[in-house]
Amino acid sequence: MYLSRDEEAIYRGDKGETLRRMMEILVALGDIYGAERLVPVRSVQVAGVSYKNIGDAGLEWISDLEGQVVVPSVLNPAGMDLYCWNDMGISKQFATKQQETIEAYRSLGVTIDCTCTPYQIYSHLAQEGDHLAWSESSAVSYANSVIGARTNREGGPSALAAALIGKTAMYGYHLDINRLPSHVIQVKADLVGSDYGALGFLVGKQVGDGVPLFLLRSTPSRDELKALGAAMAASGSVALYYVDGVTPKPPESGYDHKGCENISIEREEIEAVYAEHKGEDADIVALGCPHCSREELERIADLLAGKKVAKEMWVCTARKIRDACPDLVARIESSGARVFCDTCMVVSPATERFGKMMVNSGKALVYLPGLGGVNAAFGSLDECIDVALGRRRA
Amino acid sequence: MREILCHKVASGFASGPAMVTRMAISFLGNVDPRTGVVIDPGHELFGQSISGKVLIFPGGKGSTVGSYVIYQLKKRGLAPAAMINLRSEPIVAVGAIISGIPLVDRVPDDVLRVKSGTLIEVDSDEERIRILDTIPTGSK
Repeated sequence: MYLSRDEEAIYRGDKGETLRRMMEILVALGDIYGAERLVPVRSVQVAGVSYKNIGDAGLEWISDLEGQVVVPSVLNPAGMDLYCWNDMGISKQFATKQQETIEAYRSLGVTIDCTCTPYQIYSHLAQEGDHLAWSESSAVSYANSVIGARTNREGGPSALAAALIGKTAMYGYHLDINRLPSHVIQVKADLVGSDYGALGFLVGKQVGDGVPLFLLRSTPSRDELKALGAAMAASGSVALYYVDGVTPKPPESGYDHKGCENISIEREEIEAVYAEHKGEDADIVALGCPHCSREELERIADLLAGKKVAKEMWVCTARKIRDACPDLVARIESSGARVFCDTCMVVSPATERFGKMMVNSGKALVYLPGLGGVNAAFGSLDECIDVALGRRRA
Repeated sequence: MREILCHKVASGFASGPAMVTRMAISFLGNVDPRTGVVIDPGHELFGQSISGKVLIFPGGKGSTVGSYVIYQLKKRGLAPAAMINLRSEPIVAVGAIISGIPLVDRVPDDVLRVKSGTLIEVDSDEERIRILDTIPTGSK
């Protein structure tokens, strides 16, 4: 791999041991994946935040690091709401470890925004054509597909290396050659809301790490694209997709769909995802995977207006979004539901005390049984709210 | 002595007795970070300590948390002295780098036929592995 004179100096250790190791990580990954050089990144989203995932091993490494990030850097969701953790049923012991992890990142200069949707709170982190080093799978998918930026899915150390050096190895989704569609997905149904999560749930399983191009009848909103990408990154490992006429286009050479595998999805298949994951018997409803936008909070507040929930209900969002709309939060919480920040049902150990969790997210549907130790049910936002309110549907 | 060319992944120089396996290693789950002993009964190295060894294996697998487990082993003085892979993947590569453990790869497959216990020298910066004499039985 080619290194500039400055990069070579860091690699030799002229700028200290921490940066030498960080450069060694970038070079090692570049060698493994056949990168020709490094490329500057506009921003970094660092993985390895939830203490549930990294444990003492990860915490120890992060705490030992010294240095300062040189590009804007934010965090993946943590294992708990950093303030209201007690209300989630998180133990003091876990909370202490999680706080230590956050403080270790703070001392490296990372901005303490623990969210899977950094693009919903900061527009300067990613714009079309930017190279990034992001980590959270749904954010990676959104950045690549909806924003038209370029990022691989980074692990904790490789993301921190990018943050401290300001560069990443140029391979994978940074290159046009890996951004060509591999599958054309014809969807023969009009979709709305959680249907996109169901679609992603189905398509991710079929395309694996491919690059699907969707031909849709309906025009998805940004929130619907967010749900689609999140589900495909969970049921498969899709990091980039296209929606014809909606998202940025593939590189020119890939636009003829030559050599693409064709898949067709019918209405019945979408319906089957709901039918196979019914949720009347759920003991909790959790929304906000990925983190709710302001528009989604509005919709939830409207549906809950003047009502009281009969079951525990969580709404997960980014702290900056919560802080920006206290009126909406108050309306939601007056129903008895809770708005939690910095975390979600997929990364928090708080799910373990429940038997069945109802979600409107294709991503949460994939991960909850394995990662969360809880059965998962899937429904539209309206159905989730009905279950939370204890209403039976006709 | 036999000298083998290799490719540097994590820099450094170390030597020690070889511990060889044809099975990939998932550091999260396969190895106990408190003892350095392989605790997965399904693994060829089950029950053995990897501490201080030149660990020769095809490559890593499993969770990315495995990188941090390597770091924990190193901090407790329980890590391998060096590692040799046929092809390094990101988990072991990153784990070795953040821990300062020499790691090389792109060696011929027959390196997996080296007898465990053979004294091996890994010179990552020079991209050379030296297979030295077998350690006499009984010595540690």
